[in-house]
Amino acid sequence: MGIVVVNPGPLTLVEDLGRNGWASLGLSPSGALDRQALRLANLLVGNPVGAAGLEILLGGLRLRFVTASTVAVAGAEGIVTLNGAGIPLNQPIRVAPGAVLDFGAPLFGLRYYLAVQGGIDAPQLLGSRSTDMLSGEGPAPLKSGEHVGIGRVSAGNGWVSGTGSGARVGILNDVYALPAIRRAPDPGRAIAARVDRGPRADWFDDDSWRRLVSQEWILSPDSNRIGARLMGRPLTQTRLEELPSEGMVLGALQVPPSGLPTVFLADHPVTGGYPVIAVVRRPDLDLFGQARPGQRIRFLG
Amino acid sequence: MPCGDSALLVELPDLTAVVAYYRGLTGAGAAASLAVPRGIIDVVPAARTVLVTFDPGTIRPSEVREWLEAAEPLDDVLSSGREVTIEVSYDGPDLAETAQFLRMSEAEMVKLHTESEWTGAFSGFAPGFVYLVTTHERLGVPRRNTPRTGVPAGSVGLAGEFSGVYPRSSPGGWQLIGTTMAVLWDASKPEPALIRPGDRVRFVEA
Repeated sequence: MGIVVVNPGPLTLVEDLGRNGWASLGLSPSGALDRQALRLANLLVGNPVGAAGLEILLGGLRLRFVTASTVAVAGAEGIVTLNGAGIPLNQPIRVAPGAVLDFGAPLFGLRYYLAVQGGIDAPQLLGSRSTDMLSGEGPAPLKSGEHVGIGRVSAGNGWVSGTGSGARVGILNDVYALPAIRRAPDPGRAIAARVDRGPRADWFDDDSWRRLVSQEWILSPDSNRIGARLMGRPLTQTRLEELPSEGMVLGALQVPPSGLPTVFLADHPVTGGYPVIAVVRRPDLDLFGQARPGQRIRFLG
Repeated sequence: MPCGDSALLVELPDLTAVVAYYRGLTGAGAAASLAVPRGIIDVVPAARTVLVTFDPGTIRPSEVREWLEAAEPLDDVLSSGREVTIEVSYDGPDLAETAQFLRMSEAEMVKLHTESEWTGAFSGFAPGFVYLVTTHERLGVPRRNTPRTGVPAGSVGLAGEFSGVYPRSSPGGWQLIGTTMAVLWDASKPEPALIRPGDRVRFVEA
């Protein structure tokens, strides 16, 4: 039945498109960091776009398939092998019972997304199977020897257009007829993300906005699914009183007293007490799921 | 205030206004819930603000603004309220010290805690944790100087103007006055949180 985890690698998680609409209970949206990659992998194997897949950080994952299946790998680019032979990415691949799938270290990007026909089966919380690393809710990270269940194959024909299977509020913002294959970002080049002014942009001097959008920031190795921490010339807050905790959105650039912003990602805290100078546009947030520590980042404002 | 292209942040004068406005927007506590428009994703109350996130593909920012402007605050008197009752054993490690700080006997403090009507204001730090406020500040206490590294699940505490119940064991700096067997967060339930913002909460002595 299903799949056996021979080696989970540094961190492999079950993720779908997350659970939206529960921030008032203190729950982050969670879900795949590179949403477009998960969507694409799902469509390639005929799943609804919001089916649960595996988010594989830095490769190292080895799976043995007990049952035959069809899989697709998207997102990061690196060497992925099936029984020792390299497989193409962004394509559906038939997998025989007993086959071993291995993920090498990514050469471009950071996170592979594996979709399995029928979806990964795991208990749902509020309509989603996503792991939330901040609260610890959702399925635990994969462990050696663990069996991963495969869901029932849906009747869909793969290239579904329109909305997916998102629970409760739908997929939101994320309706694509057929997503283009987007290459994982080159670690040697800067990534560019569009930003809008945040609710507390006026808490900073004019120079800070210019500094935000003109310099190249460096992604800190302390980054994770909760936030992408940035290194660079700090921003200067002019209003120095304490900000009462307020609701935080996905993509918020929150600026602590150090002046170095953190971009809030899927597992971000739902409230925070530092001012938000800017908000990254939703479609560009996927890039932060693939940016590598040390990667240069530009904000377009 | 815009907050990116898919959220608006509403500023309010104080926490009481936040609770009333949140109830007005979501219908939490009201007998007949007001219609939350399609495309609204989250309404997140906090200390002085309410954050509203929406799907710009479904609803225009101007429509969200209209909804926010039309909402009437619902105060405690008007709302009929979903009421949550929580049985507490007043046996917390900080019971004596907290009563002493408040210059009342332990019995008086327990009486005040159980006779006050509490309202869920906003969530924070763990799923299912809700900051509870009441109409007076006679139970206002500072946080502990050194937070505990482990506070057991079900601990009932006081801090600042708030009371609250720890849904799971976690570090924490609140003054612990009691414990409850109530399950504040149960991920296996369709409604995992026992207390939600806008709910009224009563503590009773077990």
